[in-house]
This record gives sequence, C-alpha cells and structure tokens, in this order.
Amino acid sequence: METVIKTENLTKRFGDFIAANEISFEVYKGEIFGFLGANGAGKTTAMRMLCGLSIPSSGKATIAGYDIYRQTELIKKNIGYMSQKFSLYDDLTILENIQFFGGIYGLSNKQIKDKSESLIEQLGLHQEAKKLVVSLPLGWKQKLSFSVAVLHEPKIVFLDEPTGGVDPVTRRQFWDLIYEAANRGVTIFVTTHYMDEAEYCNRISIMVDGKIEALDTPSHLKKTFAATSMDEVFYQLARGAKRGD
Amino acid sequence: MRTIRFLLQKEFRQIFRNKIILAMIIVMPSVQLMILPLAADYEIKNINIAIVDHDRSSYSQNLISTITASGYFKLTGFENSFKEALHLIEQDQADLILEIPQGFERNLIREGEQKMFIAVNAINGVKANLGGSYLTSIIKNYNNGIRLELSPATRFSRNPSIEILSSNWFNNLLSYRVFMVPGILAFLVTMIGGFLSCLNIVKEKEVGTIEQINVTPIKKHHFILGKLIPFWILGNVVFTIGLLISWLIYGIVPVGNLAVLYGFIGVYLLSVLGFGLLVSTFCETQQQAMFIMFFFMMVFILLGGLFTSIDSMPEWAQIISKLNPVSYLISVMRMVILKGSSLNDIVPHLIITFVFAVVLNTWAALNYKKTT
Repeated sequence: METVIKTENLTKRFGDFIAANEISFEVYKGEIFGFLGANGAGKTTAMRMLCGLSIPSSGKATIAGYDIYRQTELIKKNIGYMSQKFSLYDDLTILENIQFFGGIYGLSNKQIKDKSESLIEQLGLHQEAKKLVVSLPLGWKQKLSFSVAVLHEPKIVFLDEPTGGVDPVTRRQFWDLIYEAANRGVTIFVTTHYMDEAEYCNRISIMVDGKIEALDTPSHLKKTFAATSMDEVFYQLARGAKRGD
Repeated sequence: MRTIRFLLQKEFRQIFRNKIILAMIIVMPSVQLMILPLAADYEIKNINIAIVDHDRSSYSQNLISTITASGYFKLTGFENSFKEALHLIEQDQADLILEIPQGFERNLIREGEQKMFIAVNAINGVKANLGGSYLTSIIKNYNNGIRLELSPATRFSRNPSIEILSSNWFNNLLSYRVFMVPGILAFLVTMIGGFLSCLNIVKEKEVGTIEQINVTPIKKHHFILGKLIPFWILGNVVFTIGLLISWLIYGIVPVGNLAVLYGFIGVYLLSVLGFGLLVSTFCETQQQAMFIMFFFMMVFILLGGLFTSIDSMPEWAQIISKLNPVSYLISVMRMVILKGSSLNDIVPHLIITFVFAVVLNTWAALNYKKTT
C-alpha cells in the first residue's frame, strides 16, 4: 500500500504547552482515516501541521511525499482542507466561490465550468447556485465546503470536524460525498466527535492530551478494549484526559 | 497573472456588494470637501470683547464703534469696572478686555499720548494672539486717523512712516479654502486607502477565510497584489471625485499638469496601501487594526503640515515629518495644484515616496506568513 502521510515523533510546542506530543502514524492511499480525540487533545494543531499551515517544533513528516518543513507550498498543491470554521466567502455566490478557488488552484476555465456544473448537479443546488453563500443553511454550507476542498482533485483532503452542528440526514449525505471521494482514490483525513461516524472510517486514531493512545480499525479497537461500541472505547481512553475545556 | 485576475474579480465583487463601503467611497469625499473647508479655517472671527470705558468721551465712543465695526469683534459687555469685566472672562463670555482710562480724550489731544490696557484670555492661544493683534492694529489705525486730524498734512510730515505693500502670489486673496482644499483631499486619499487595505485583510483573518487561502498554493506576492490593485484603483477614484468637487464648488483647477499630479498620487497610494497592509499583518482583529491605524493617522495628519506649518515645528518633529508620507503628499498637492510646479520640482518628493512604497510593501510581504 502506498503511504501518503507519514509522521515520526511530530511535536508542536507553544511555550511550555505541548499541543502535539511525538505523534507517529502512517496513512495509506484511498483510506478514510479518523482522527479522534476530546476537545483540546491537539487534533487541530496536528492537522494544521500536516496541511503546511503550522511549522512543527520537532519530528519528521512527509505529506504526499513532500517534506513538512521545506516543501509546504508543494504540499498545499496536493491537499484539500476544510477548517472547523466555515471559510468560504459569505458575500460571494456558490458559483463565484467555486470559480475563485478553482482559479487559485490553477484550473482552466473549462475545468472550472465543468466542475461547477457537476458539483451543482451533485449537491442539487440549482436553485441556489446564484445566491450568496451567507443565505445557505449550515448543512449545505458544509457540503459545499467539502466539494470546494476536493475541487482540484487533491491526493489527500483534511476535514476538521466537518459535520459539527449538522443534522443526521445531512450528515449521512456528507458521508456519501466522503465515500465517493475515497472511491476516486482521495485519501480522507477526518476529525469528528460523532462515534457513528468513527465507525465509517477504515482506521482511527484516538488522541489524548497531545498523544496518540490508540490506532487501529474500529473492530480491532473494540476487541482490544473489550467494548461493544466505539463510544465505550473513546470513553475509556478520554476519561483519563487532564486537558479539556 | 491568471491568479491575480481571479483575486481581482473576487475583490471587486465583494466591494461592489458592500453597499456601505461603496457609499462611503463616494459620500465621504463629497461631504468632507463640501463642509470642512467652509468651516475649518484659521480666520478668527466673533472675538468676544468686553469694554470698560472710564472716559465716556466722544473719542472713546469713536474708538469703540471702530472696534465693533471691524467685523472681528462682538461687544459682549460694557462694564463699569475691570472687576466686572473680568467676571465676564471667568464666565467665558469674553475673550478680551479693553480698558479705556479716564482722561483718554484729554491726554490724547493735549499730551499726544495715552496708554490703554488690553487683557487677553489666553486659554485659547490662537484666538488670544490674533484677537490681541487685531485689536492693537485697529487701535493703531484709529490713532493714525487722529494724528492726521490733529496735525493736518504738511509737505514734510512730522511723522514719516514706512508703508509696506505686499502682493500675495499663488493665492492672492489669501483664501483659506484654496489652502485647505488640497490638504483635505490629501487626507481623504490617505484615510480611505490606508483603512480599506488594512481592514480588508484583517477581516479575512477574523472571518477565517484567510486560512482557506493560506492552505492553497497561492504565491504571497500574488495575494498582496490582489489586495493592492483594487484599493489603488479606488484611491484614484476618490481622488478624482475630490478634484471634481474642488473644481465645481471652489473653482480650484490644478495650475500644474494633471498627469504629474496623478503620477504622484499613483506612487503615493502604493505607499499608503503598503502601510495598511503592513499594519494588517500585525493585527488579528479589526479592532486592533482600527486603533493602530488611528494612532498613526493622527500622527501623520497632525505632523503632516496641513494644520500647522512644518517649518515652525521643533527640530525633532521636523525629523519625524520627514518620515511621514502625508507631509510629502500635502506639499506636492499644494505645489502642483496651486503653484503649478512641474515634474522636475517634485522629483525629490517622488523619490522619497517611492522608497516608502517599496519599503512598506516589501516589509508587509515578508511579514505576511502563510505558514506560522
């Protein structure tokens, strides 16, 4: 299996505080990798390092074959990112957002046109295509964000709590989009607090206080922790956490 | 190049959708240029004067009516004693007290000499200074009038006097509007350019959209240019509106070459926008950005030579003003618009402003980090 993310003792310190403490793991091509952890466990920090938004304090990592220290801009060409906060332009329409980000990633005009059409079709947003994004309900915004994040067909897409605050039906639709992308060979790196979503992942890691405490497939994890559900696994691990909000 | 096109398209779409910003870009220069020059000038009028006349003679009456007829003074008190008049000053109803002593008329005619007392409320320094000197010159004129009356002109006057006639160039009526309008226009361009560019980027930080930009492979200089160009264009629009208003309302037509003026404004806008961008790279919230910009704008404006002449500032302030882009703009505006200076005359200003633009923008680009 081709490794697309490889980290070795990746650490990020903010003064005395160690947000991410010597994390090491590998993610393979086409995998849906769940990155779990309680609030404040260091998930977002780790993810920002992997995206080239934040330089690690120590440790090694390669993303899509590029070094995390020296080749951040090459990494950015090959990944998509959806942050915790909705970060498309509220005062642009859906089509304008697609056009803008497509243009920034260097898609040709024809590609942008084709992508826009198929995306609108896929999301069923014909009525809203020319409306400002600010007027969309949260669930639709999140689906749009995801579609924009994979617009340029990245090798890996990072999703930071993409379904926070989204209703169960829309969450289901969101995961359909994720599966579809994974089937095309896109590696999905996703954080979530929903344990049903954790079950959808091929493998998951659970972070506690900046360290990765467990990493396996959901079924193996349940076996290891003698638990009937992912909820229980998570509870056993996260209960010992000292950090949190 | 293609990236910049997409950035510009996005920026202009957002600007044209933001009705308030759009309105401000047009309303701000119009309203400020229409109102400020009419109100904000240095000419002191309506000086409140209290007079204590101990003489009550026809001469003293004559002097008082000369003073009130001058148009600068408003007689707000005619008191019996200095103490009462001082009371008016304490109540802020009078700025000046003129005390005419007893025997004023008699002494003037017999002795040819009389002293008077002027007390000035110096809390407002400018008003006090000008008020005092207006009053002195009115009294002097009055005195000259009496001298002429009392000693009819002979072939060789006993009181030879030198009269100085000056002719005012470039603003022959000494109109404050002519002096102020180019200055206010200079401010508008500075404020609009600086604030727009600064707040725009900080807003992207606040909303979080900049994160989505930072995670793309966009080049830093593309991003900076994508922010500079739209506001550079807006700055030129504001300047043009301002020039039209000063022509339509005040009849001020640049004496010098318009191309020279626009050339300088073009370079100047780059430096102001660069300053805004630089501040934005240091701030996380719009509130921080507002305060920092405000601090610098106040310094730039008060030391820019619009309200007070730079030449009469203390040496340290003059050194600061050399680092103040606004002072170069104000002086170039006055040179080109009022004096008709040519490109050659403003070359030093142009070079320094260009250096500002290069330094500020480079600094901003270096300080803007896509990866922290």
